[in-house]
Amino acid sequence: MIYKYLTGILTLILALNLLFSCNNKLSVQTMQYATIGQKLYVQHCQNCHGAKGEGLGKLYPPLTDQKFLEENRDKLACIVKNGMAGEIVVNGEKFNQAMPGVPSLTNIDVAYVLTYITTYFGNSTTHFTQEEVIQMLKDCR
Amino acid sequence: MKKIVGLASFTLFAGLLFQSCDNTERKLPILGEATVEKKMVDGKEVIDSIYPTIPDFKFLNQDSVYITQDFFKDKIYVANFFFTHCPSICPTMQRNLLKAYEKYKNNPKIAFLSHSIDFKYDQPHVLKDYANKLGIDNDQWQFVMGSKADIYGISEKYLVYTKEDASVPGGYDHSGYLVIIDPERRLRGAYDGTNDEQVTKLLEDLDVILNEYR
Ligand code: HEC
Repeated sequence: MIYKYLTGILTLILALNLLFSCNNKLSVQTMQYATIGQKLYVQHCQNCHGAKGEGLGKLYPPLTDQKFLEENRDKLACIVKNGMAGEIVVNGEKFNQAMPGVPSLTNIDVAYVLTYITTYFGNSTTHFTQEEVIQMLKDCR
Repeated sequence: MKKIVGLASFTLFAGLLFQSCDNTERKLPILGEATVEKKMVDGKEVIDSIYPTIPDFKFLNQDSVYITQDFFKDKIYVANFFFTHCPSICPTMQRNLLKAYEKYKNNPKIAFLSHSIDFKYDQPHVLKDYANKLGIDNDQWQFVMGSKADIYGISEKYLVYTKEDASVPGGYDHSGYLVIIDPERRLRGAYDGTNDEQVTKLLEDLDVILNEYR
């Protein structure tokens, strides 16, 4: 019993340590968003975009293009909710394949998952707020 | 007492020996229910087990060429069922099958066969575009389409569940199995193409069966 308890604590410390050492620039709240976002990512995005955001061939683009993520930061919520189509250039490669959106995600879910991809695959250090997502979704084309 | 220990360690030793030798000779099981047939060989009655096999087929591939079982003659191949705009399990399954393709690329004994279950949309040029984007640049991995009846009919032979179902994302429901077929057209393994451990096992088992048909 005690043994189980101790290993539990130890794993927790290790996990926290790991999290913070890799991303020591992130605030606790950003970390929380990213952690919840990771679960949503695995569930809704990983099949196409890969566990490390590496994409798949020329079918599914990687999510590791910092420049793309920064320049299109305002469009990301619309991409996640409504999908996208048409030619885009990511990491210097052309992609042209429709992405279906995930309309079932709530606004806060969108904030979580975007925080995850932009902090873990990109180099952003801030999180998306729910208000920001609502604002972005008003301007979807 | 000594005797018992002696006996026990001997059994253990023998067991280990047997196991290690068994390991190098490991063979993949033959899947499906066998029917037993009695035959006469040299005047003696022998019992023969007949396992289910993949029947003849003819499907249109990504180059708009009909391919049949003859393409896979003397080959071991891995078959699966997918569709190009599948939003759920296919990308993971194909990402994993790509690992096998890359491992055995240019090995004339290994091939891959992906059947599209979207008989409406996945015409040869769509399959070609998909194959190109996935990075397939030789004919070792065939992408095929056929009539609904033919594709869904053969999926049963591969023990893979497929169904047109408007209630699931993408409109088609199916299981993500990767199935190994031997040169005698028998099923030798089925692996969940969305599970990393099972995919690792597939790669190991392909080496095992290659050894059998050296
Ligand atoms: C069915 C496969 C699929 C799923 C699932 C999917 N995407 Fe995409 N995604 C694509 C494709 C294909 C494109 C490229 C669209 C184009 O060519 O216009 C894309 C593009 C993107 C882009 C912009 C380009 C880039 O690489 O940065 C982002 C950001 C993105 N997806 C994020 C997500 C997120 C977050 C999720 C989960 C909520 C997700 N995607 C789920 C297929 C998918």
